[in-house]
Amino acid sequence: MRVEFDRIARDFTTPDGRVYRALDDISFVVPSGAFVAIVGPSGCGKSTLLNIAAGLVSQSAGRVCIGDRELTGLNRSATYMFQQDALLPWKTVRDNVSLGLTLAGVGRSEANARADDWLSRVGLTAFGGHYPSQLSGGMRKRAAMAQNWIIDRGIVLMDEPFSALDVHTRQRMEGELLALWDSSKKTIVFVTHDLEEAIALADEVVVLSAGPASHVVARHAVTLDRPRDLMELRTQPTFVEIYRAIWAVLRGEVIRSQRGMEAAHG
Amino acid sequence: MADRRASVVFWQIVVAVVFLSLWQSLVAAGLLDPFFVSQPSAIARRILSWIADGSLWRHLATTLEESLLGLLLGAAFGIGLGFFLGRSPFVAAVFDPYIKMLNAVPRVVLAPLFLLWLGLGIWSKVALAVTLVFFVMFFNTYQGVRDADRVVIDNVRMLGATERQLVRHVLVPSALTWIFSSLQTSLGFAMVGAVVGEYLGATRGLGYVISQAEGTFDTTGVFAGMTVLAIVVVIASAGVTRLERWLLRWKQ
Repeated sequence: MRVEFDRIARDFTTPDGRVYRALDDISFVVPSGAFVAIVGPSGCGKSTLLNIAAGLVSQSAGRVCIGDRELTGLNRSATYMFQQDALLPWKTVRDNVSLGLTLAGVGRSEANARADDWLSRVGLTAFGGHYPSQLSGGMRKRAAMAQNWIIDRGIVLMDEPFSALDVHTRQRMEGELLALWDSSKKTIVFVTHDLEEAIALADEVVVLSAGPASHVVARHAVTLDRPRDLMELRTQPTFVEIYRAIWAVLRGEVIRSQRGMEAAHG
Repeated sequence: MADRRASVVFWQIVVAVVFLSLWQSLVAAGLLDPFFVSQPSAIARRILSWIADGSLWRHLATTLEESLLGLLLGAAFGIGLGFFLGRSPFVAAVFDPYIKMLNAVPRVVLAPLFLLWLGLGIWSKVALAVTLVFFVMFFNTYQGVRDADRVVIDNVRMLGATERQLVRHVLVPSALTWIFSSLQTSLGFAMVGAVVGEYLGATRGLGYVISQAEGTFDTTGVFAGMTVLAIVVVIASAGVTRLERWLLRWKQ
């Protein structure tokens, strides 16, 4: 299912009553079944853009189209994986994973069976009866992934889902994500501030400028073959080449964003 | 761990034994006047005599009945209003100063009013307990509903929850955390309400026993009443602690 951003703008009112334009005139299309990463300096509004695609935040101007229909309200064709822990701490891992099914009215025994199937897919079979607080950070992310993927929707939105993990756990999770996606034909919009991660995973990298009035400054196709070996990928010449090309653009934005922050705090 | 626990219990017993024997011997040696401070052995005898003639159970049952009714009604009203206001920020803002004003009223001054309105029976005590429990429960429920994790709410909405499912799967459990953690305080308050109510005017209950004893300068009776009350509170709160640990087991 395709996602189209059409001249999206988003304003915020600051505490002193002024209007701050976070996003300005953002247009691009994520083709059906593609994996697109959005990168940009921190505070550029990339999470806001994702929230607009999810219908959790409304845009001030422009429109989002899902498939061929304009999005109004929550995006029921998408799941959303958050940066922070979003599991329900009072539910067991199994109940967390089956939650989407329970909410849709699927019976308990079928929901449990399907949850167990997903638990085994993400390697958490032994932990179905545990509570999230008893799991490690990586295991919680796996549970969140299962919770999202069990409800079969065409679009997966991900907001820096692995940023809190250590580098090895992170690489493993990225590998598992690619394996899941590979067999699914889902459309993924993946927000990250880590350019390496973006290139390693995506078909295309969209670079947003530093705020205010953040806009698309570059779009770069990632021509690396699939399936990708994430352990070796980062040292391949093509990878390095693509990294250099995108970094040449992103670097300037990061510097601009840091200057802006220093000005705001100094 | 078990060692540490055993040694804590051992020293707790040592403290009690030292305190009681010091008290007992100071009175026996004539250094303290039993008219003012009574004596542990006399207090123990008094409690045993209450058990023997059955009056202890009658008074205790009355106090517990009032406390439990106060706890249940106070919790029902507090949780109900907490939920309602937690979901309606505008109404909450309107009523905010009034709730704070009501909570600022010292409950003891309400006791005579409740006696007047509800009579000498248990309901005037229940009412006093309710006014104490209500606010603890209300504030905790309100806080719990308002403090429900934004990300968890968004997540559950994205997973397809309707408003009602959101309340059931997120807001209620989130508020329950707060409510359970305030159960201990609420239980103590419920008993305080019941006993103070009895103390100020009743025909039964531990508060009544204590006030009767005070009326005749019977310090042994006063201390015996206080001891029974203290033992009941310790047992009840141990029960609540276990219940709480089980209900909030997901917190580890």
